[in-house]
Amino acid sequence: MTELDFSVIKNSLPYLWKGLEYTLQLTVVAAIGGVIWGTLLAMARLSSNKFLSMAAAGYVNLMRSIPLLLVIFWFYFLSPVLLQWVSGMDRPPQIGADRSAYITFILFEGAYFCEIMRAGIQSISRGQVAAAYAVGLNYWQSMQLIILPQAFRNMLPVLLTQTIILFQDVSLVSLLNVTDFVGAASKIAQRDSRLVEMYLFVAAAYFIMCFGLSLLVKQLQKKIAIVR
Amino acid sequence: MDPAILFEQVPDGDGTWIMSLASGLKYTLIIAALAWIIAFLLGSILGVMRTTENKWAVRVGNAYVELFRNIPLIVQFFVWYFVLPGLIPAVKTWVISLDPTTHQFVTAVVCLGLFTAARISEQVRSGIQALPRGQRMAGNAMGLTQAQTYRYILLPVAYRIVIPPMTSELMNLIKNTAVAFSIGLVELFFRTREMGELTFRYFEAFAAATLIYVVIAMIANRAMAFIEKRTAIPGFISGGTGGGGH
Repeated sequence: MTELDFSVIKNSLPYLWKGLEYTLQLTVVAAIGGVIWGTLLAMARLSSNKFLSMAAAGYVNLMRSIPLLLVIFWFYFLSPVLLQWVSGMDRPPQIGADRSAYITFILFEGAYFCEIMRAGIQSISRGQVAAAYAVGLNYWQSMQLIILPQAFRNMLPVLLTQTIILFQDVSLVSLLNVTDFVGAASKIAQRDSRLVEMYLFVAAAYFIMCFGLSLLVKQLQKKIAIVR
Repeated sequence: MDPAILFEQVPDGDGTWIMSLASGLKYTLIIAALAWIIAFLLGSILGVMRTTENKWAVRVGNAYVELFRNIPLIVQFFVWYFVLPGLIPAVKTWVISLDPTTHQFVTAVVCLGLFTAARISEQVRSGIQALPRGQRMAGNAMGLTQAQTYRYILLPVAYRIVIPPMTSELMNLIKNTAVAFSIGLVELFFRTREMGELTFRYFEAFAAATLIYVVIAMIANRAMAFIEKRTAIPGFISGGTGGGGH
């Protein structure tokens, strides 16, 4: 057995940091985009418009029944076509896997955030909605001013926990050769034949980050709980 | 979009593309089934440990769950596949004696089994904790040992309560087998990508795989709903009591 040599990690720290930066950036953008998209989906699912609620439910169920890896590859190939369609360009724009991942994760995690927000909206008592309408607010106003702020607050710990899962899920983009944290580590590990040290380091780093974040979420949960 | 590609021959080897996907699906399902057995047994033990009065059992159970939940699955795959043989010479000798496919297969089953066990233990724990405290006390009062209380009083009801979340865990497990692609295991997702790469018909390949995964999810869902209905205690758990009032 060859001796372990952790100096490879020290030497490649700047590169690993760049990878981690990408991972964090993608996590934050996808979390914000996913929550917005998920909230819209949740409103659609709960709407009295049958077509809208069925379309949203179909979307969510589809996203939740196929592996994320398949979704990542789907959007890698579809994103250029989608962007062309949205922007009306003459030809599909060239976007790499690192950029299509933003679209993938917003659309994919939106399905999971939708289920959380749906539970959040349903946790608000009917009286609140009735009161909002009684004082003359319309649907969008009552959502924006009365229901969603409370739903967000009730669901904040769950939303953050889902974001930690999202943070871990991002590692799958390394299979499309994107230099995220895992991708950066894999490239160094293979270049220097230091797989053992590199993957141990990555596992430890993820554990520390995710465990720390989940402790923070627990703290927050105690702090923001609405006393009833 | 032309689904006819699925019935064209694979360039090297015999059979059509649809058969190639089917052989990948076979691996996906076998791995998921074996991993589920490990996950269910280990997850149940850990879940029970975390509800006992024994401080150390609780700590070990909690530590296990935190460890396996806070490391991305793909990194866990790499740890089992690359790090373990690299660290322990005995494992390395054993792995070299295996053929590569068997090595990938064993890694996938162990990795997914232990990963899913952490999640099942969460479900089992919450199922047991959802029961009224009086149940355990009644068991003790009747002179049952702790093991008997779990076996005859707590677990039979706890398992029934957690069937719906267990269904999602089973579906997660089947979806997670796709990550075994990262160590080169020839499961459904591997076959899908291979088909895309060799024929340039990514759209058809991915559409076929999506359809297969959706159908599996639906079947798993129905199967678990059937089990839920068959095992329901009449008048106790709302699911499957079938109206009642008679």
